[in-house]
Amino acid sequence: MIQFLLNRELRSEHALDPNLTVLDYLREHRGKTGTKEGCASGDCGACTVVVGELEGERLRYRTLNSCLTFVASLHGKQLISVEDLKHQGRLHSVQQAMVDCHGSQCGFCTPGFVMSLFALQKNASGQAPDKAQTLEALAGNLCRCTGYRPILDAAAQACQQAQPDHFDQAEAATVEQLKAIAPRTTASLEHNGKHCLLPLTIGELAELYRANPEARLLAGGTDLALEVTQQHRSLPAMIYVGHIAALKRIEVTDDTLVIGAAAPLTDCYTALADDYPDFGELLHRFASLQIRNQGTLGGNIGNASPIGDAPPLLIALGATLVLRQGNRTRRLALEDYFIDYKVTARQEAEFIEAIHVPRPRAGQSLRAYKVSKRLDDDISAVCAAFNLTLVDGVLREARVAFGGMAAIAKRARACEAVLQGAPLGAELIERACAALAHDFTPLSDFRASQAYRLLTAQNLLRKCFLELTAPGVATRVTDYV
Amino acid sequence: MSKQHAAKTQAELAALFSAGITTGVGRSVKHESADKHVTGEAVYVDDRLEFPNQLHVYARLSDRAHARILRIDTTPCYAIPGVAIAITSQDVPGELDIGPLVPGDPLLADGKVEYVGQVVLAVAADSLAAAREAAMAAIIEYEDLEPVLDVVDALRKRHFVLDSHQQRIGDAPAALAQAPHRLQGSLHIGGQEHFYLETQISSVMPTEDGGMIVYTSTQNATEVQKLVAEVLGVAMNKVVIDMRRMGGGFGGKETQAAGPACLCAVIACLTGRPTKMRLPRNEDMQMTGKRHPFYVEYDVGFDDDGLLHGIQIELAGNCGYSPDLSNSIVDRAMFHADNAYFLGNATINGHRCKTNTASNTAYRGFGGPQGMLAIEEIMDVIARHLGKDPLAVRTLNYYGQDSRNVTHYHQTVEQNLLPEMTAELAASAEYAERREAIRAFNSANPVLKKGLAMTPVKFGISFTASFLNQAGALIHIYTDGSIHLNHGGTEMGQGLNTKVAQVVAEVFQVEIARIQITATNTEKVPNTSPTAASSGADLNGMAAKNAALTLKQRLVDFLAGQYSVESTAIEFSNGQVRVGEQYLSFEEVVQKAYVGQISLSSTGFYRTPKIFYDRDKAAGHPFYYFAYGLACVEVIVDTLTGEYKMLRADILHDVGASLNPALDIGQVEGAFIQGMGWLTTEELVWSAKGKLLTSGPASYKIPAVADMPLDLRVKLLENRKNPEDTVYHSKAVGEPPFMLGIAAWCAIKDAVASLANYRVQPRIDAPATPERVLWGVEQMHALSKAPTEHA
Repeated sequence: MIQFLLNRELRSEHALDPNLTVLDYLREHRGKTGTKEGCASGDCGACTVVVGELEGERLRYRTLNSCLTFVASLHGKQLISVEDLKHQGRLHSVQQAMVDCHGSQCGFCTPGFVMSLFALQKNASGQAPDKAQTLEALAGNLCRCTGYRPILDAAAQACQQAQPDHFDQAEAATVEQLKAIAPRTTASLEHNGKHCLLPLTIGELAELYRANPEARLLAGGTDLALEVTQQHRSLPAMIYVGHIAALKRIEVTDDTLVIGAAAPLTDCYTALADDYPDFGELLHRFASLQIRNQGTLGGNIGNASPIGDAPPLLIALGATLVLRQGNRTRRLALEDYFIDYKVTARQEAEFIEAIHVPRPRAGQSLRAYKVSKRLDDDISAVCAAFNLTLVDGVLREARVAFGGMAAIAKRARACEAVLQGAPLGAELIERACAALAHDFTPLSDFRASQAYRLLTAQNLLRKCFLELTAPGVATRVTDYV
Repeated sequence: MSKQHAAKTQAELAALFSAGITTGVGRSVKHESADKHVTGEAVYVDDRLEFPNQLHVYARLSDRAHARILRIDTTPCYAIPGVAIAITSQDVPGELDIGPLVPGDPLLADGKVEYVGQVVLAVAADSLAAAREAAMAAIIEYEDLEPVLDVVDALRKRHFVLDSHQQRIGDAPAALAQAPHRLQGSLHIGGQEHFYLETQISSVMPTEDGGMIVYTSTQNATEVQKLVAEVLGVAMNKVVIDMRRMGGGFGGKETQAAGPACLCAVIACLTGRPTKMRLPRNEDMQMTGKRHPFYVEYDVGFDDDGLLHGIQIELAGNCGYSPDLSNSIVDRAMFHADNAYFLGNATINGHRCKTNTASNTAYRGFGGPQGMLAIEEIMDVIARHLGKDPLAVRTLNYYGQDSRNVTHYHQTVEQNLLPEMTAELAASAEYAERREAIRAFNSANPVLKKGLAMTPVKFGISFTASFLNQAGALIHIYTDGSIHLNHGGTEMGQGLNTKVAQVVAEVFQVEIARIQITATNTEKVPNTSPTAASSGADLNGMAAKNAALTLKQRLVDFLAGQYSVESTAIEFSNGQVRVGEQYLSFEEVVQKAYVGQISLSSTGFYRTPKIFYDRDKAAGHPFYYFAYGLACVEVIVDTLTGEYKMLRADILHDVGASLNPALDIGQVEGAFIQGMGWLTTEELVWSAKGKLLTSGPASYKIPAVADMPLDLRVKLLENRKNPEDTVYHSKAVGEPPFMLGIAAWCAIKDAVASLANYRVQPRIDAPATPERVLWGVEQMHALSKAPTEHA
């Protein structure tokens, strides 16, 4: 059984298919058809809902794509959909702002935008968000009609004119409700021969996984759910790791960031961006806010996509994984985790517990670049990471890794060999660029051709060189905001 | 409310009378469904309460581009629990072909498949999951045939769905031979997925007498009615189409909505059960047609100033496997091959190439954008060749006011607003100053380069199939004074219902809150034209105005008789009616008229005057009028990766006397961004075997919020009402601003051209993806390494 709040109403669900998405739950089980399906792949945002979670004595509201969220993920949380905003016959201030600014035309994407704006307003806590925050909040919502200008106007109006609403008035009561249903034991949802288990500790997870090695680990689910919604497969056994506090922890020690595998990317952002601004910039362009609110760093590594954006950066930084199986843990360099396309060093019933990211040392710079057709919410054609330690004009250490250039995220060994220990200069960079052609034979696909990928990879190294040696030169179109 | 009004004194009524209405024509009234959009209360077809016993349909699609079907075995489908029926072409009771104008689109593949994504069979079951599983269990055996997948290949082989057409004025070959400068070139223009947020959907309910009520998301209710009747083999009067709203259309629901509606109708007919079909996004993108990709070849002659002397343009539209609307679409590309320019001696050929891809279809602009992009490329090519500012070459070639004003299809261009609009926008956008600033920026910056372009739009308004320029409306006034409004247009987000309600409000001088907008329904207004060609408000607004004027005249005549006053002494204002010296509320008037046995229901009808086109002579007056616009876009390009960002866009657009400035600006901005998307990030890619690889939003990238220009300044042209007698002298707005997006594409190329001192036009086809831009950069670098190789 799982328990959650459907806005303020306590739902105890005993017999839901664990493969049921929150979108279908709302539309088909609850008759709430305000939330729309535009793609069922987490790319359009029409299905955006807001989930409230306890954070101490407060509620934290986050958007997510209901089409990619399995119902079990709602356990112990509050689900808010577009129908819940209007109160006592009056539009919510974000809804009124959308009306006032002519922010809807066909209206099909509108409920999703309203929910993204609602979360933006809630998280802005009375302050007008800056433009970057607004763009970030809306990057995962596609509108084909308006061209977005009126929606940005509505965002500004909604945040500037925010007044306490019925969610604020009910917050204390909602907090009490959520405390009352806070998970205390391992829950499970079983139906139609499928089950999803929801352990609370790493130990329980390790045991359950050993007992059910065929189970799929469900964290954010933003990739896993595609197997159900796009490939129409059945996932008969899942273990949801989102309730394991220790897996979501982010610790900063003197020399290492220790990131729990199930920490949402949104939460990883601050820690990584503080140490490595380019990592932060990349995370801003990593999928959409809805996806980052759900998706985890462990998941981005675990699914072993050749075009996952975090792995090349983490490899360049020399990150290591803590892998656990039962009571046994081991450390593995991330670059050794990826073996071939979707093949990893992970053993049966083994899972990623944490990611250790070394903190910056003197002379070190991380430069990272993501190149895609569209700036926001797009999959990289090429993702490059250059981790260079420059001492007195000499490259003491050079770790270079790419995504999109091979079947796995991978170091550019030949390129590194040219750079390692050499004095930094234009001629060196050209030799290193030439070496990249030995490191990689990328694919041609609908994102980019082989020739473009290779030339871009080389040009990104040239750009990195320019940024290090001529910091006054403007090199990034993304700096124009 | 009538009781409260009845209690008002004459003085109060007089005060109300003199106040005037606030929601009439020209006001920025909010979209009629805005409150329902933001709350999720607006009902789309998939949100309707489901009928009991309803079936869900899933279609099995061809995975071959071209093949003979040797065998279809649906027996395995029935092993899946919940399956009601599996149908193939053999099971259609009536006509199999659902081609809109000419045949060529079988509802279910008949002996052969002609594209990956064609519907081969359909299964209906209690649940969509069961229908899908069953459809995939069917056995289909094919014998592969050679496909044609490339438009140039089709052009060379003259593999056409329909005959080519030529428009000609003067003697282009002679002018080209004598021109001081002559250049030839070619351009590939990509297609575009509509990406309406709501995918194709229909829900049908069998009714008595073999009929069917169809709830569907379509721009073309009457055509769906006709095709459903045909596939069932029943008369049109047995079929009702009901269409409240679409979650976006953009042309994609002009013909393409019919397939799911007809499949549902056939299944509902065979099973007697209500039936629904909603396409998953991936299937929608595989099955349905898109904007036509075009391949263009040109041969242009001009003088030292850049003035055109002669031009020949070959426009080859990739129509996909069947005609659909391609004849009119390629025609419209030809009609817009001049855009704003006097071509002089011109020969324009339009070809309808057949390829084994989904049948391409209507999409905002309907071929016009492709024709226009060709001539805008040519303007830039001329400017680069002569070393002139592209805007100077453009303005030099603008149509004249009294001379140099006849198009290549022999229509005279009247009221050309572009010269004055260009002056206004060039000043407000500081074109010349920014041109200088950008040159300075570019010489100071090795990696990032800025580009600037200002491009015009002249778009012809009217269906070029002249008979479609007609519309009907129906208005009832009930005894409480409330008004029921219906018309033949469809609401897809553009605000048509709002505008038409404003028109009716204006006639009766009542607020639109009194007017109930109702679903487009073939029982209320028959024989509707599609809501397309930007014509929605022009046609339906006029039809509704005529219906309202008929009713108003009846009320005036009745009051004149009752009160023995001249009809000129009767005036409507703000929900009140002055009859001589006396004031009555609108409700009182309606009640008196009802008691006086006056009919309070009327239809209205409108047909567009003046238009004709003689296709044999390739001459006529196909457009009632032209709508104009201009955009000035500044972009910054990364010459190391080809990525770019729009920095600023200034737009000035002509909507005549706007019916609703807020809605019109919404159309202008939305269309501009959509046009920009077409030419930048929206790339359709097919596999070597003809399968669309970019079949979802993960791979097909429409503009997102960060793609809008950082600084967007949009203005409607003021004080220029439409000189033609359109509805309150407004102009159509749906399509024309789409082509403002061309400025973004030209600006990107301008930035790249800066690398070769603006003397060579980079070869960057559309869409200008970062990859194409980077190859353009490489082309420029190669030239600067070999400076004598002047292209």
